[in-house]
Amino acid sequence: MFGGFTLEELGSIFAMQAFSGLILFSVFLLMALGLAIIFGQMGVINMAHGEFMILGAYMTYLTSNVFEQYVPLLFSAYFFVAMAIAFVVSGALGLAVEWLLIRRLYARPLDTLLATWGLSLIMQQAFRSIFGAREVGVQLPNWMMGSLPVTDTIDVQINGLFVMGLTLVITGIVALLLFRSRWGLQVRAVVTNRTMSGAVGIDTRRVDRLTFGLGCGIAGVAGSAFTMIGSTGPTAGQLYIVDTFLVVVFGGAQSLLGTIASALTISQSQSTLEFFLSGSMAKVLTLLIVIGLLMLRPQGLFVLKVRR
Amino acid sequence: MPAAITNKRNLELIGFALIALLILVVLPLALDIFRLNLVGKYLTYAFVAVGLVLCWGHTGILSLGQGVFFGLGGYCMAMFLKLEASSPANTKIQSTPGIPDFMDWNQITELPFFWVPFKSFPFTLIAVIAVPAFFAFVLSAAMFKRRVGGVYFAIITQALAAVMTILIIGQQGYTGGINGITDLRTLLGWDIRTDGAKYILYFVCCLCLLGTMFLARFVLTSKLGRILVAVRDKEDRVRFSGYDVANFKIFIFCLASAIAAIGGAMFTLQVGFMSPSFVGIVPSIEMVIFCAVGGRHSLVGAVVGTLLVNWGKTLFSESFPELWLFAMGGLFIAVVLAFPRGLAGLVTDQMIPFISKLMSRSRAASEQANAQPAPAE
Repeated sequence: MFGGFTLEELGSIFAMQAFSGLILFSVFLLMALGLAIIFGQMGVINMAHGEFMILGAYMTYLTSNVFEQYVPLLFSAYFFVAMAIAFVVSGALGLAVEWLLIRRLYARPLDTLLATWGLSLIMQQAFRSIFGAREVGVQLPNWMMGSLPVTDTIDVQINGLFVMGLTLVITGIVALLLFRSRWGLQVRAVVTNRTMSGAVGIDTRRVDRLTFGLGCGIAGVAGSAFTMIGSTGPTAGQLYIVDTFLVVVFGGAQSLLGTIASALTISQSQSTLEFFLSGSMAKVLTLLIVIGLLMLRPQGLFVLKVRR
Repeated sequence: MPAAITNKRNLELIGFALIALLILVVLPLALDIFRLNLVGKYLTYAFVAVGLVLCWGHTGILSLGQGVFFGLGGYCMAMFLKLEASSPANTKIQSTPGIPDFMDWNQITELPFFWVPFKSFPFTLIAVIAVPAFFAFVLSAAMFKRRVGGVYFAIITQALAAVMTILIIGQQGYTGGINGITDLRTLLGWDIRTDGAKYILYFVCCLCLLGTMFLARFVLTSKLGRILVAVRDKEDRVRFSGYDVANFKIFIFCLASAIAAIGGAMFTLQVGFMSPSFVGIVPSIEMVIFCAVGGRHSLVGAVVGTLLVNWGKTLFSESFPELWLFAMGGLFIAVVLAFPRGLAGLVTDQMIPFISKLMSRSRAASEQANAQPAPAE
């Protein structure tokens, strides 16, 4: 399969594929971050996570249209406003969903899966009724278009770089929140031992609600970033949900580091294989490798040592 | 008399009898062949739901990949029918006569090796059950021996459903791609597209379903069934009592998959094609929902749930296609929140106590009337 390429060409192929793998990694990581803190802390399987992401994407689409029509001067900065709106809207919906639905199901993790699947169907149909069944794309501001030539054969897209930078920032914020804030301390306590945390006075319900809201908000931001590299349709969220779940499970559900590592592994193997095999076979092979590895390490790459 | 009705075992048998009456007598008399064929299609999903009652309701293994096994069974049957439909005489306009048409379109000139055994009908009948069961065995043995369970198992089966769909769609030359295996005509020379054949296949499907339900009931009422429930409720305690929990889970998962596969084969026969749209994540989860709506602990409930949800889906999507997804989503949430034991749970928890209360009250009243003769004397 390496036949017909010179060493130099192979080098640039790998570099280009690694770069597009990094963009995929950024989207995976952004989606998986929200899912991992929800699944890791609360044990809730949020099948509607993809739809929260698409909600963020549609918010970005709306914001870009509004800016284009009313304040074209500020169009180059619309993206930052859009991200904030996406975060707030998805997060608020997440809080509402937690209050109406999820908090009644904490003892039954498999049932949250069914209920949130129902929610995802409702959200999909709502998107379809409001925004139409066709895929929509956003107009990128000028400074995000184009690419930087690194060598003669390697280019990097600026919007890709932007998405990666964004992912770094958000991951950093989440890490800070988890490991340096009071809320993060409470979250980690609840993950380790829910009953005991409740006994020492942590309001576990409040922690849960905030976690769910934050997770959904991050999904919204992920959707916002997603609009820069792909178009958005009502059912786009479902395409990513399986990959994201595998990222979370493969990394070890309660470990931030594990999520990052597994998102990197999965996205890189996917994008490298994609060049040599067809896209669908690359995906099949990647998923099978992950499933195989999970059989060797059922708890994921990084296991949190917890006494139960 | 109230005791006879409220007794759980009798109740289940009454349910079985009512189901049999409904699908064997009432529906064939009430519906034309087009609608009856639709009901037959729903009943093939009911096989999957019955399997899910075994592995999810009673053993606590939620599989989000039952569509894979349904599809494997269906594809095995479809491969046999397709080979029969593409005899050299039927396909003489192709560049290589004697192979299925989609292979010819994809420049494949020789029958792939895994298609060859499907020329034999006995082999196909065995493969319909054996291939999915073997697949389920490999998967579940690898998982349960390593003590991967619960949510993790659900997610991995879901990933497998995704893999399976991608694989079928990607390997168009071997599988027919996204269109699936279509244009199936005869079964051993018997035209399956005529109305008469559809009636016969419907009844065969019903009888198979009733047979599977009795098999499932036999498993559940046996000692094995009680161990399975114990595994669901407190797996560790069963393990500490000296049972090898993994073996029980592997067995029940394979059984559920084989049952789903029979459904798939009946689907292919009645509907006349098989495609990846019945294999992936969405159909798999829908089948779980059928089971949940009817009641995940009740065999009768699962069948009734499947019929009701599908009937509602057809009815709704004919007249209000927009509303259907809202209704379906709302239904899931309502079922999970309000009655997690499904329709069957409503019957056993609400209706039966109500009836027996009414009956005991009327009996008490009549006893009172007997015990105290009118004071007029």
